[in-house]
Amino acid sequence: MSDRHPAFMPLILVGGLIFGFGLAYSQMARPEVVLNFLQFEDFGLVFVMFGGAAVTGVTFFLAPRLLGRAPLTGDSFERRLKSFDRNVLIGGAIFGVGWGLSGICPGAAYASLGIGNITILWALAGMFLGAYAQGFWRSRSQARDAAVTGAD
Amino acid sequence: MVLDPLPLQVAAELFPNGISRYAIGGLLVGLGVTVIYLGTGISAGASTFLESTLSYVSDQSRFQQYVTSRDWRLVFTLGIVLGAAVYAVVYQGGAWTTDVQPWRLLVGGVFVGIGTRVGKGCTSGHGVCGVGSASKTSIVGVLAFLTVAIVTAQVVAALGVSP
Repeated sequence: MSDRHPAFMPLILVGGLIFGFGLAYSQMARPEVVLNFLQFEDFGLVFVMFGGAAVTGVTFFLAPRLLGRAPLTGDSFERRLKSFDRNVLIGGAIFGVGWGLSGICPGAAYASLGIGNITILWALAGMFLGAYAQGFWRSRSQARDAAVTGAD
Repeated sequence: MVLDPLPLQVAAELFPNGISRYAIGGLLVGLGVTVIYLGTGISAGASTFLESTLSYVSDQSRFQQYVTSRDWRLVFTLGIVLGAAVYAVVYQGGAWTTDVQPWRLLVGGVFVGIGTRVGKGCTSGHGVCGVGSASKTSIVGVLAFLTVAIVTAQVVAALGVSP
């Protein structure tokens, strides 16, 4: 969009580059490594999440206290927490079946493509199919709910 | 024969490949999120890209709500692919491909695609961003998918499916 700061997209790209390099470095872009972790053969993968969450934890704690607003968007650094409901558990369980079967999650799948793993396109195709099916179903049920409300 | 002290033996068993590559990789993932957050206030997860990109080809309201963020999410994902490619060139010396069977990737991918959208986040959104902000929702989400993933992977392996 035209009203965006000229450095907005370059910064997103740089953040993505570091993120993807880190995922590849952590070996999480390889489904075999994730499956080894889930089968209790190598517990190292917990340090990927701990390492990542430790850094973001410091960032999310300090940024609102030390900085006023984000320089490129003018947005405040408030916590935007996701609300909890049953769907977090249901979705988490469905995600877990997929992650346990394939050994790959969305971010790691993009990184996997980057390390030359073209076979991962199967997983990416599956993810788009799944997201489409979910969105199709959700859009329909929303439209139906709206229609019912409108009739009242 | 000199035996390592017990703690070292245990560590070698739990972490046969050490922990540095995992920890350094994780720190970099967190750094990538930090760079974007400090500049824009956005805490970026990876999986919304799936829906936001579908808004280019589908009019469903569920996807159209992401129209305003779909362009930067595309750039973010492009960055992830390129960053991993840099790793491959520097450390890997060429392409690497998985031996995990395509049907597992495809079927697993479908479940991942449904689950991440129903459950409001994935390994990066809940696991790195959410846990980092001490969100109870995300911690519960991580525990849910981690538990189910462990059971699933162990059952699949026990059934003799490999790789």
